[in-house]
Amino acid sequence: MPALIQSWNYIRQKEMSEILEKEFFSKNVVRIVLKAPEIAKSRKPGHFVIIRVDDKGERIPLTIASADAKKGTITLVVQKVGVTSSKLAGLEVGDELLDVVGPLGQSTHIEKVGTVLCAGGGVGVAPMMPIVEGLKKAGNKVITILAARSKDLIILEDQMREMSDEVIVMTDDGSYGKKGLVTAGMEEVINREKVDLCFTIGPAIMMKFASLTTKKYNIPTMASLNTIMVDGTGMCGACRVKIGGKTKFVCVDGPEFDAHQVDFDEMLTRLGAYKDKEVEAYQKYLKTVEA
Amino acid sequence: MENIAEYLKAERNKEWRAELRKSMKAKERTSRERVKMIEEDPNVRNKNSTEVNLGLTADMAIAEAHRCLDCPDPTCITGCPVGINIPKFIKNIEAENFAGAAVTLKETNALPAVCGRVCPQEKQCELHCFYTQKLHKPPIAIGYLERFAADWERNSGKMSIPKIEKSNKVKVGVVGSGPSSLAAAGDLAKYGYDVTVFEALHEIGGVLKYGIPEFRLPNELVDTEIETMRKMGIKFRTDFIVGKTASFDDLKKQGFQAFFVGSGAGLPRFMNIPGENLNGIFSSNEYLTRINLMHASSDEYDTPVISGKYVAVIGGGNTAMDSVRTAKRLGAKKAMIIYRRSEAEMPARNEEIKHAKEEGIIFMNLQSPLEYYGDEHGRVKRMKVQKMELGEPDASGRRRPIPIEGSEFFVDVDTVVVSVGVSPNPLIPKALKDLKVTDWGTITVNPETMQSSVPEIFAGGDIVRGGATVILAMGDGRKAAAGIHQYIQEKIKSN
Repeated sequence: MPALIQSWNYIRQKEMSEILEKEFFSKNVVRIVLKAPEIAKSRKPGHFVIIRVDDKGERIPLTIASADAKKGTITLVVQKVGVTSSKLAGLEVGDELLDVVGPLGQSTHIEKVGTVLCAGGGVGVAPMMPIVEGLKKAGNKVITILAARSKDLIILEDQMREMSDEVIVMTDDGSYGKKGLVTAGMEEVINREKVDLCFTIGPAIMMKFASLTTKKYNIPTMASLNTIMVDGTGMCGACRVKIGGKTKFVCVDGPEFDAHQVDFDEMLTRLGAYKDKEVEAYQKYLKTVEA
Repeated sequence: MENIAEYLKAERNKEWRAELRKSMKAKERTSRERVKMIEEDPNVRNKNSTEVNLGLTADMAIAEAHRCLDCPDPTCITGCPVGINIPKFIKNIEAENFAGAAVTLKETNALPAVCGRVCPQEKQCELHCFYTQKLHKPPIAIGYLERFAADWERNSGKMSIPKIEKSNKVKVGVVGSGPSSLAAAGDLAKYGYDVTVFEALHEIGGVLKYGIPEFRLPNELVDTEIETMRKMGIKFRTDFIVGKTASFDDLKKQGFQAFFVGSGAGLPRFMNIPGENLNGIFSSNEYLTRINLMHASSDEYDTPVISGKYVAVIGGGNTAMDSVRTAKRLGAKKAMIIYRRSEAEMPARNEEIKHAKEEGIIFMNLQSPLEYYGDEHGRVKRMKVQKMELGEPDASGRRRPIPIEGSEFFVDVDTVVVSVGVSPNPLIPKALKDLKVTDWGTITVNPETMQSSVPEIFAGGDIVRGGATVILAMGDGRKAAAGIHQYIQEKIKSN
């Protein structure tokens, strides 16, 4: 059997994705630059990749934060929440990821519409970056809201300030920017000026309330959904969620959908499908790391 | 076809074959009983993932090979989608030349150890056997013998590599690595092409890996067959989605002259009934992929799976049988098949149904789910089922199930696997605007050459058929390889 595994790695004939840069934004949020020349060349804003850290690992989707086609690199931002994200955050520069496949999903539809409000929460700010960049390039006025629980979880502020016409920072505990939820910041902008379109990326619960907010004002809104996936190519249906009463696959039909049509409650329930197992596995993992 | 008939005749007229025919009277051959497969005890095997069929011993295989009459007009071959020279490989077994039998299989079949296990021989070669057709006796156990020869070669440690033509350095791409793609890749390599197989997942083998469980087809065995193909010079690239990672145009710029698309029927169907998105309800693709490809039932692996004590599998095909028998092995107290027609209409192989029954699977035929109900955490806990009766035959020729009003009842379940069929995977059709597809999303091809509306793109398997068997997919792959060969040779000549 070991001989077979050895030959197996040879059979695969794939390029390993080496980590070229790594930077912690905070204790639990890390930015990783990976070598992935083909994906870097093909990806567009909104696309994601599926990664697998090692041969015992699971496949998880991560939205591409940025890419450099010339250097052949893609950037991912990961928050440590469980076993896989911790394993990934634990890799160092020079280490290799076993599998990176993509770019997957439909890319963001970007056009000039006028004023666009981009509401990003937590690590959702990272995949928001190429969208903000694209919207700005297309000639829109872009107002970006960065929201997080506290100051140390606000990421990519400088980059966002560079690309946006205005940036509003919101923290739940008031440790930085304005005190309040993302929705308070959104209401402030909406009450102040005409908003033509809204994008929201972040935790499902945050997107649910961001969507409810814009629905009140009839502002078209897109949300990028981060559901559980296995293959990421439409084969399994793990990522399915109801959009306007019809079941859609986030991996091939999304990941972006009309937020007002998304059944966020169903999505939240489905995200919790493995909660007990995940918590148990994470605690077991933390013990092995500490040991 | 004439060439093939001549080849078969020449092979049959070889001295050793003639000698062998003379060595035993036909009457004695036909008086013998068909061999019985050695099977693991149902109450042992339904708790582990070891193979159900254990294979024949050499003595058993030789005895069974003696039954074959080596017919002058071997009708069995007409039932084989990849056209294996069946009498030749069986007579090699009778002559105790097992290596020769394996070489014969590989003349036309890239995956004999796989086909010997998962082909529905009862509907193909064995259905067309002289014994079945004319003697009305149980046919030669062609499938068991195929498996025997392939396994013998693997266990001998000396795998033969099929003969390949001198490299012509023409690059051909194969999209997907399931059975149709592997068959196409194998033949293209034999013609001398520089073949690269592109696979989206992290392992090669497609449905053979993620779909068919260990107890029916061990993954290690698929890897061994792929290892042989690698030795034939075929390159494999995992984590690569043609149309996404790179476009067909990108690959053409890299020198690829033609493509075979065998991207499969990778889009599971659901029934769109209330509660179907509750947790604990899976497509069979997801359930089997988590367990077979991601090893979710092993503590060593990170991928989780929900597999409870009361598992209902919806459907009556081979995939449904694979799912329900997997659930039993993962500790289900009640593992149930819920199927809307009767057993006679089940698309699953008889052998799979028999094995499932032996293992304690509960069959709830003529029943169909109407709605699922969840607990406070959104996990399925109960389902409403309606009884059915059979009406007139429908387009498929099977009697149509008709709901019986007022027959609804409830079943407690904590896991449901929906296995009601698959649709073609949309990735390739979406990536190519000029590609003609049917209303069902399958790729339209010329049935002779498997060429699509885009001249350099050929296709086969479930992306064309919408859902069939391993062997039909392999037959398509072989046909497409011949089509690609002809297309490229004509292109070279006209330049």
